[in-house]
Amino acid sequence: MITVEFLGPIQKPVLSMEASTLREVAEVLKQDPTMAEWIENCAVAVNDTLVGSLDTPLKEGDKVSLLPPVCGG
Amino acid sequence: MLELHDGALTVPEILARWYALEATSNYGAYIPFVGTVREEDGIDGLSFDVYEPILTSWFDAWGAKVAPLGAVLKMAHSRGDVYLHESSYIAAVFSPKRRVALETIDAFVEDFKASAPIWKYDLKDGKRIYARERSTAIAGAGLLGRNG
Repeated sequence: MITVEFLGPIQKPVLSMEASTLREVAEVLKQDPTMAEWIENCAVAVNDTLVGSLDTPLKEGDKVSLLPPVCGG
Repeated sequence: MLELHDGALTVPEILARWYALEATSNYGAYIPFVGTVREEDGIDGLSFDVYEPILTSWFDAWGAKVAPLGAVLKMAHSRGDVYLHESSYIAAVFSPKRRVALETIDAFVEDFKASAPIWKYDLKDGKRIYARERSTAIAGAGLLGRNG
């Protein structure tokens, strides 16, 4: 199992799922209508490192984080 | 040095403490940037969520980037609510030479706005409203929506 956490304004609880790549996570999230406004603008981190490929492999216990648009300061 | 504070920053205390820390480090320049909450669009204040693990790695990467220039960065940011005329953000650079400090503070604050994992909300009419229009997608965003 991996976990998916939704940061900042995305009001969703942590999700647990079976997935071996980020692509599989993306396929699940695309089916979720509450994610429609976030899919196109979120950056993605695996174990707190930003990643740039849907082929990023996932293993048991990995944490995927979705980071919506930011505005610090 | 990265500090997260609950609520507004105590600006004079932080600036004085950082100054004292580096007072004998032989830096020629100390440039702080202080961000203060302004009255605008009827807000009562701002509120912030911070994701500390990635903020820390982003800040550490900046530290490594400016170290060869002889510069040191410090940053403080608020978590939670910060009201009008209070401050939520301080960034500061110390360096041997003025030019490095001026250029570093500019580049650092700009990248902070674009990349630091912090989310801002307006406090208005008793609600906490995500500042969506003022927010910036992090470089590489949209990965999950790609096909193929």
